[in-house]
Amino acid sequence: MAQSDDAFVEFDHVQKSYDGENLVVKDLNLSMPKGEFLTMLGPSGSGKTTCLMMLAGFETATYGDIRLDGKPINDIPPHKRGIGMVFQNYALFPHMTVAENLAFPLQVRKMSKDVQKQKVMRALDMVQMGSFAGRRPTQLSGGQQQRIALARALVFEPELVLMDEPLGALDKQLRETLQFEITNLAHQLGITVVYVTHDQTEALTMSDRVAVFENGRIQQLAAPATLYEEPQNSFVAQFIGENNTLEGVVAEIKGDTCVVKLDSGEVIDAVPVNVSKVGERTKVSIRPERVEVDTAKLGPNAHTLKAEVLEFIYMGDIFRTRLKVAGIDNFVIKTRNSPDQTKLTPGTTIDIGWLPRDCRALDA
Amino acid sequence: MTDATHGSAADKSVTTDPSGPMLAADGTPLKTSLNRALRKQKRRALFLIAPLLVFILVTFIYPIGEMLFRSVENQIVGDTLPRTVRVLADWDTEASDIPGPAVFSALAKDMMVATEEKNHTRLGSRLNYEASGLSSLFRKTGRGVDDVGEGYTEQFVALDPAWEDPQTFIDIFAGPRWLDANAVYDGTGPRPTFRLAAGIGEVLPQTASIYRDFARVVQTEDDDNPAEEEPWNAVYLALYEDLQAGAVIPADMAHADMLNAAQVAAASFTTTDVLADFVSFDKDWADRDVWRIIQTYSAPYTTGYFLNSADLQLTPDGVAWRPENERVYVTLFIRTLIMSTAITVSCILLGYPIGWLLANLPSRQANLLMILVLLPFWTSLLVRTSAWKVLLQDQGVINDLLVWIGVVADDNRLALINNATGTIISMTHILLPFMILPLYSVMKTIPPSYLRAAKSLGATNWTAFWRVYFPQSVPGIGAGSILVFILAIGYYITPEIVGGTKGVFISNRIAYHISTSLNWGLAAALGAILLVIVLGFYWAYDRIVGIDNVKLGG
Repeated sequence: MAQSDDAFVEFDHVQKSYDGENLVVKDLNLSMPKGEFLTMLGPSGSGKTTCLMMLAGFETATYGDIRLDGKPINDIPPHKRGIGMVFQNYALFPHMTVAENLAFPLQVRKMSKDVQKQKVMRALDMVQMGSFAGRRPTQLSGGQQQRIALARALVFEPELVLMDEPLGALDKQLRETLQFEITNLAHQLGITVVYVTHDQTEALTMSDRVAVFENGRIQQLAAPATLYEEPQNSFVAQFIGENNTLEGVVAEIKGDTCVVKLDSGEVIDAVPVNVSKVGERTKVSIRPERVEVDTAKLGPNAHTLKAEVLEFIYMGDIFRTRLKVAGIDNFVIKTRNSPDQTKLTPGTTIDIGWLPRDCRALDA
Repeated sequence: MTDATHGSAADKSVTTDPSGPMLAADGTPLKTSLNRALRKQKRRALFLIAPLLVFILVTFIYPIGEMLFRSVENQIVGDTLPRTVRVLADWDTEASDIPGPAVFSALAKDMMVATEEKNHTRLGSRLNYEASGLSSLFRKTGRGVDDVGEGYTEQFVALDPAWEDPQTFIDIFAGPRWLDANAVYDGTGPRPTFRLAAGIGEVLPQTASIYRDFARVVQTEDDDNPAEEEPWNAVYLALYEDLQAGAVIPADMAHADMLNAAQVAAASFTTTDVLADFVSFDKDWADRDVWRIIQTYSAPYTTGYFLNSADLQLTPDGVAWRPENERVYVTLFIRTLIMSTAITVSCILLGYPIGWLLANLPSRQANLLMILVLLPFWTSLLVRTSAWKVLLQDQGVINDLLVWIGVVADDNRLALINNATGTIISMTHILLPFMILPLYSVMKTIPPSYLRAAKSLGATNWTAFWRVYFPQSVPGIGAGSILVFILAIGYYITPEIVGGTKGVFISNRIAYHISTSLNWGLAAALGAILLVIVLGFYWAYDRIVGIDNVKLGG
C-alpha cells in the first residue's frame, strides 16, 4: 500500500493471530488522515475490535506495523500512546466521583490542581454534564454515563479517540441523540476518531468513511454513500442496508452494462462490478427503493420481470411490499407514501423493472 | 364515606377518601390487607427455618449461654457453706483477727453436711483457683469434722441415756406428715422428704436446721431411716448452743422435761473449743487470708473468673494484679491477636496474587488452579498440620534443604516448629483458601475494561492497579480478612500441635481449663472475652469499612 504523506493512523500489512493457527486479522492495510471519522463496521468476530485493541495497545500485532503520526507504535505501551478510548460498558471507575474520573488522566499526567479543575469543568460542560461533577457513576443513567466516559476520553485532549461500540447498551432514541452529539464534538474538536460498531445505520450516519470488516479483511473502505450505492461485493451489498439478490449467469458484456440470465430463465440488465467474462456465475443486487413498478418510466428496451404480490405492509412513511420474483419469494420493494402511489394488492401479478445502473452484478 | 359507597351500590371499585388511609377493593385499609398478605409469607418462611432454628437453639445457643453463665456463677460457696457465709458476712475483713467461734461453729455444721454429701472437695477445688492450698485444707478438714462436738454428745448422753436414742430426736423434730409417710415406706423408690415438726424452728432454730440436713443426708446418701440412726455430733453441738442461747421450751413439746433438764445442765457443761479442733485439722484455718478469700467469694455471682482472665484478682482490698509469676492471660491474649494479625497479613500477601490469577486466567487453567486452592479443604486438618510438623522440624525437609543449599549451618538449624513461626506458617497455609475465595469472587466481578480504561487514560501498570483495581478489590480483602482473622483467633488444633509453648493461642488455654484443670468458670470467662473481642473487631470493621461492602460471592 502506498504511504500517503498525510496519513495520521496507518495499518501496514497487519496480521493478528491468537492461537497460531487462525488469523483473526488478515493483511490489514488502512490509512487515515488527521481529523477523519472512520468507522469499522462488521458482524461480531470479523476482527474489527481486535484492530481497535491493537491500535490502543492492548493487543500486539502478530505481523506488520501500526503507525501513528508516522511513528511505529507497536512497542509503545498503551499508557504512552496518548489515545483516548471509550468503552462499550463505559468503564467509569465506580469508586470515584464523576469529577475524579475526569481528573484521573490529568492526575497521572501530573497537571496542577487548578488546571485539572478547569479542564474537568470544560470537558463536563462540553457534554452538558456540568452539574454532575460530584455524583458517582452508579447514580447516573446509561446515557449520562456514556457522556461522562466520552468527556473522560477527551479531557486530556488526545488527537486520536477510539470508541468501541459506545452506544451499544443504550436505547434507540438515546443512541440517535448521542450519535449526533459525538459527530458534532469530533468535528468541533478536529479529533480523529476510530469508531467500532455492528450497527450499519450508526456507521452510515456518523462516519466520513466506513471500513466494512468480514472474516478478518476489509471488504470495502468508502464513504457512506458510495458504500450504499456502489457495494463492491455481495457481502457489502447484503450487510449495508436492505438488498434483493437474484442469482444467475453472465450472458453478455457490452462496455459498462451486461446482461444476466437468471436461474429461472429470465434476462435482466446490470452493471458488471466484479464479473469479467461471459458464463461466470453472479449475484445481482438491487436496492428495494430502486425497483420501479411503473414500467412506463423505464427506457424502451429495458428488461422487465413478472412479479406476484405476496404481502403489502403499511409502514407510515413508506410501503413495503413483498413479491415473488424469478422463483424467490422474499423480493422486497419500498415505495414512498405519496398521494399518487399505487397500493399493490396481494395476489395480483405486476411487471417490475429498474435502471441498469441500479442493478449490480457482483461476485457469486 | 360509607354513605357514598352505599349511595352507589353499582360501583364496587376502590373507594378513596383523600383525607383517610388508602383502602383496598373490599374497603379494608390497604395497610391491613398488605400485612395480612405478608403475614402468610412470614409464617411460611418461619416454618421452613423452624427445624434449623430449633436445632441451633438446642445444640448451640443454649449450651453457649449455659457455658457463658458459668463465667460469673459462684453459687457453690453459698450452697455448700450456707451457715458460715451468713455468719461470716458480719466479719470485718479489715480486722486483724480471724473470725469468732460462731463462724467456726457454723463451719462445723456446714462441713459435716458437705462431707457427708462429698461436696467439700468440689468446694476446695473451686476455692483453690483463688489461692492454692485450699483444696487440701478442705480435704483434710473433711476427714476429721465428724468428731467436732463429740464432747457435747458424751455429756448429753451422760445426763440422760435417752439422748443416745434416735427415736428421741424423731419425737422432737419430725413432723406428722413425714412420720405417716415413713411408716408406710416399703423400701422401694425414694424415701419421703423429711419435714420438721411445726414450730420447732422457732424453739431450737440451729438444731432443727442441722437435724433436717442430717435426716435428708441419711435418707438420700445412705438410704437409711433417720429413726434408726444416731445423730451427728454436730447436732448435739447445735442443741447445746440453742439451749445455751436461752431457748424457751413449751410445756406441750415432746420430751419437754428432757430438754428442760438438759438446758439446766448445759450451763455447767465442759465446753469444746471448735476453733482449736479446726486448727488441729489444718493450721490454715487460723490464717486470716483464708477467711478473707472465703468471704470474698461467698456471693452467688462473681467477677473473679473474668478478673482472673485479665491476670487480676479480687482481694478483700479490691481488684489487684496477680503475682508476677501467675500472669499469663494478658500475654496470651496479646499474642493471639498479634499472631492472628500476622496470619491475616500473610494470607493477604499470598492470596492476593492467586486470587488475581484465578479471576484472570482462561477458565480451563483457572479451574485447575481452583482445584489446587481447594485441595487442602478436602484433606483432614490434622493431616495437614502433621505434614507441617514433618516439614518444619529440626531434622525436617525444609531444614535439610536449607543445609544442603548451604544457607544455614548444620549445627545451627532454624527453629521453625514449636514456636510462633511454626504456628504462623502452618496456619497461613491452612487458612489461605478462606482468603483466596472471597478475593476471587470479588475480583471476578471487576471487568478487565477498567484496567484498560485506566491505561488508555495514561496510567502506568502500577498506577492503574493501585488507583483503579485495588480499591475495587478491597471488599474482597475485607471479607477474607474478617474470615481469616476470626477463624485464626479461635484456632486450637494447629497451635496445639506445632505451637510448642511460645506459639499457643488463648484457645489452647481454654481447652486446658475445660479438659485438664476442670476450671470451667475460668474457661467460660476466657471464652466470653474472646467472643467479645471478635464482636468488637466485627463492630469496628463495620464502622470503618462497612459490612455491606463485604462480598463473599457474586
